[in-house]
Amino acid sequence: MTATPPPPPPPPPLVVGPLTRTDFVRYQGASGDFNPLHHDETFARAAGYDAPLAVGMLNAGLLATYATNWLGAEAVRRFKIRFRGRVWPGDTVTCTGALVREYEQDGSQLVDVELTCTSQAGVVAVQAWATFAREPA
Amino acid sequence: MANPAAQGAVGAPFMVEIERGKIREFAAATHSANPAYWHDENPVVPPTFLTTQMFWESWAGTESSPWHLVDLDQQRGVHAEQEYIFYGPPPRAGARLTAQSRIGDVYTKQGRSGPLTFAVMITEYRDESGRLVAEAKLTGVEAAPPGDRS
Repeated sequence: MTATPPPPPPPPPLVVGPLTRTDFVRYQGASGDFNPLHHDETFARAAGYDAPLAVGMLNAGLLATYATNWLGAEAVRRFKIRFRGRVWPGDTVTCTGALVREYEQDGSQLVDVELTCTSQAGVVAVQAWATFAREPA
Repeated sequence: MANPAAQGAVGAPFMVEIERGKIREFAAATHSANPAYWHDENPVVPPTFLTTQMFWESWAGTESSPWHLVDLDQQRGVHAEQEYIFYGPPPRAGARLTAQSRIGDVYTKQGRSGPLTFAVMITEYRDESGRLVAEAKLTGVEAAPPGDRS
């Protein structure tokens, strides 16, 4: 039986921005979500917004980047996202995380973490709850 | 208005091929420099990568995506939650997965400013041996129209 080392502490926050329309378009092209609300100024204004709205799944993807840098790309077992607030071009977002619990399930050592993406305006854009497997040392 | 009769609808299976270049494009778009995506010969997918199923289900045709049957209002409907579950390490570049979506619960809850209708779509991903390797769970929500917020 090999001991599983304690999980590393959360890394420093991941700060991304100021976000540009190009960031939104690059994500939309990568993901396949072509909702014009996120890149078409005319469409966004007709919908009552001053500018294209950031893609919620982009912010979720930034949280995933932070979490996989922390606990490993291959170790992710669950990633649950809740969309909360709006982010706009020019906003800078900060991704942070905290360890929630360590436990064993079906012979695997797991950790649950909570992740938050917040804009410089103090708006919580996205929250996520993730489970990662811990590799034995 | 959301259609509760969509509950239980099942889409036709569709193919999802996991590709290295697409993984790197996705990693770049989500500002990841993780060597697991950039240096591995057959990288695993990032945690939210399976959102790219949107390409594959649209190429496969509308019968693969039962989500349109839910018929959430375009103005008042939003993406509320998204979850990915991996039964082991995430799938790797080179994997050929078969995906199939079904509509889960469609239900109404009382919100602060009126009723909210939630709808869930679950997509299962299986490898070539038929093993369930991942699941995606999409939750959409629609507010009642203004004036109907009793």
